[in-house]
Amino acid sequence: MVGEGRISIWFFIGSILEVYGIIIFIASIYYAGVPDGHKVVLDNLHAGIWWGILLIIIGGMYLIIFRPGKAKKS
Amino acid sequence: MIGEIIPRLNFFLAEGTTLVSLSWFDSLIIAVYFIFVLGIGYYLLRFTKTGDDFFLAGRQMTAWIAGLSFVAANLGSLELMGWAASAYQYGILATHWYWIGAIPAMLFLGIVMMPFYYISKTHSVPGYLKLRYGESASMLSAVTFGFMTVLMSGINMYAMALVMKVVLGWDIHFSIWVSSITVMVYVVLGGLLSAIFNEVLQFVLIWLGALLVPILGLIEAGGWGGMVAKIHQNFPGGDYTHLWSTLGHFNDNPMGINWIGIVFGLGFIISFGYWTTDFLVVQRLLSAKDIRSAKLAPIIGAGFKMMVPFIVILPGLLGLAVMPGLVSEQQAVATGAQSYNEVLPLMLARYLSPGLLGLGITALIAGFMSGMAGNVSAFATVWTYDIYKPLHNKMKKFEVDDAHYVKIGRWTTILGVIVSIGTAYLVQQFASIMDYVQALFSFFIAPLFGTVVLGMLWKRATGAGGFWGLLAGIGSSIAMYIVVKVNPAMLKIFALSADAKDMAENMYRALWSWLICVGVTVIVSYMTKPKTEAELNGLVRGCTELPSEGHLRLVQRPIFWAGVIFVIFIILNVIFW
Repeated sequence: MVGEGRISIWFFIGSILEVYGIIIFIASIYYAGVPDGHKVVLDNLHAGIWWGILLIIIGGMYLIIFRPGKAKKS
Repeated sequence: MIGEIIPRLNFFLAEGTTLVSLSWFDSLIIAVYFIFVLGIGYYLLRFTKTGDDFFLAGRQMTAWIAGLSFVAANLGSLELMGWAASAYQYGILATHWYWIGAIPAMLFLGIVMMPFYYISKTHSVPGYLKLRYGESASMLSAVTFGFMTVLMSGINMYAMALVMKVVLGWDIHFSIWVSSITVMVYVVLGGLLSAIFNEVLQFVLIWLGALLVPILGLIEAGGWGGMVAKIHQNFPGGDYTHLWSTLGHFNDNPMGINWIGIVFGLGFIISFGYWTTDFLVVQRLLSAKDIRSAKLAPIIGAGFKMMVPFIVILPGLLGLAVMPGLVSEQQAVATGAQSYNEVLPLMLARYLSPGLLGLGITALIAGFMSGMAGNVSAFATVWTYDIYKPLHNKMKKFEVDDAHYVKIGRWTTILGVIVSIGTAYLVQQFASIMDYVQALFSFFIAPLFGTVVLGMLWKRATGAGGFWGLLAGIGSSIAMYIVVKVNPAMLKIFALSADAKDMAENMYRALWSWLICVGVTVIVSYMTKPKTEAELNGLVRGCTELPSEGHLRLVQRPIFWAGVIFVIFIILNVIFW
């Protein structure tokens, strides 16, 4: 039957969120140390760092819960 | 949302300048997105063998996947940018297109109409019309839908390329070819399954990419109260934050519309027409694994649709508070100031640092690609099953196997993308085509809703009634459009007021064309012989035994969740009255 053994879509979503979280976290740390680099409104809140961490956590949860062979397919 | 109410986006920017500049982190995020969507398409190729796999994703989707895909196929990037711009121009009134202009129709689809679409085992909306009314109504609907879908796809493609040029400085040809070929590859490989997987991915990215703008905007403005105070300070005398209290008369609000147009034109006819009969969105629901999932999916979609104003309308309102001074496109061209059409990318650039900005831009690209994938996958299905198959059977006099239709579906996807690209270049040369095609699209939506809903709920409706009603509805809509173009004074007759503006004209034209469609269908049906109840089994209420939900717990029943969503919808409208 088609669908047997198919990786869940949530696993793909977890993967891309994990990759994006890491990139955004590193980018935000890097630019936080550059005095004049790409300043935005409310820069002092370091939204990029927090958003990066959030994506890493959510992505990680999806990767674990929906890893191939573990989760129900969808 | 639909042809006639997609806000048109034109841009003015001095040559050689762009609204935002990307770091290489941002470019990396965009590149990762393209790798992922192509990778998903390639991975799903092995699961796409039969016609049901390619055109209906194997009918295996859960309610959540089908529901998210249902909303994502509608959430194009022009939708995001266009309604953010409209919120800056008209204020919170733009929210009507997300709430009354969507929620009741989506709930009606889930509870009332979805059982018949699903039980009839149709591949498409024209396919349902064929079963219910016969070949004529089906072919009329299929040809108009197929034609308009690829044209709209091309228009959106060009508009998106223009957005990318203004926002990022990307070459228009580069944007058109890279985005369209990417969509073509993953839909050709995995069919609707691939389109749905990518739409759900895109939906998540749109939210995560756009969500920080309203959050940071509210922090800067001092919360909702602070934002409202700043708007009053920036625009004294204007009311931008009430949904209903300014709709008493056409002159009381900047949209030039009254509550009758919003409630009956938008909330009833246009919204019901689009959400319940536009195959682009309905196709996602037909992929559900069972009838309960098919009913729940649009209800789940309604829940998410209700939240979209948070990432679309709120950024426009926040723009009024923290970036006053954006002007209309004409004024931007005359004065060199920035236009409110660009309010969303301006807000992205205002708050999002490198990395986050890449995610925000990826959200715009993802929105565009999900809309285009919706167009081409729906076009491939309608062309293959509702146009090619009947003609092929008639000419060859024999049935061919399923694999043949999958092959035709793949080639049709390629053809659809090529026609879309051609349309995009045509629009680049003749911009006025955009106006006409959007108007054309609007001609079919309202009458089609009349035909489908009568077919499902009234067993006396006949094949001849369905066909002539649909034709009369479409014809009258076109006639009203031409009459107002030739003699603008006629608008006061169609829209019941000389103060009505374009938006009101669209609403009232939809309302009249629906009434004419229904009237003609009823009259012709009474003059012709109906089908027997046995022939209508599985197609019409009263002739179909619907599966009982009595054995399900309350929280498992679609009607319960429809009630919950409707109560929240009412509360939100009262809060922002």
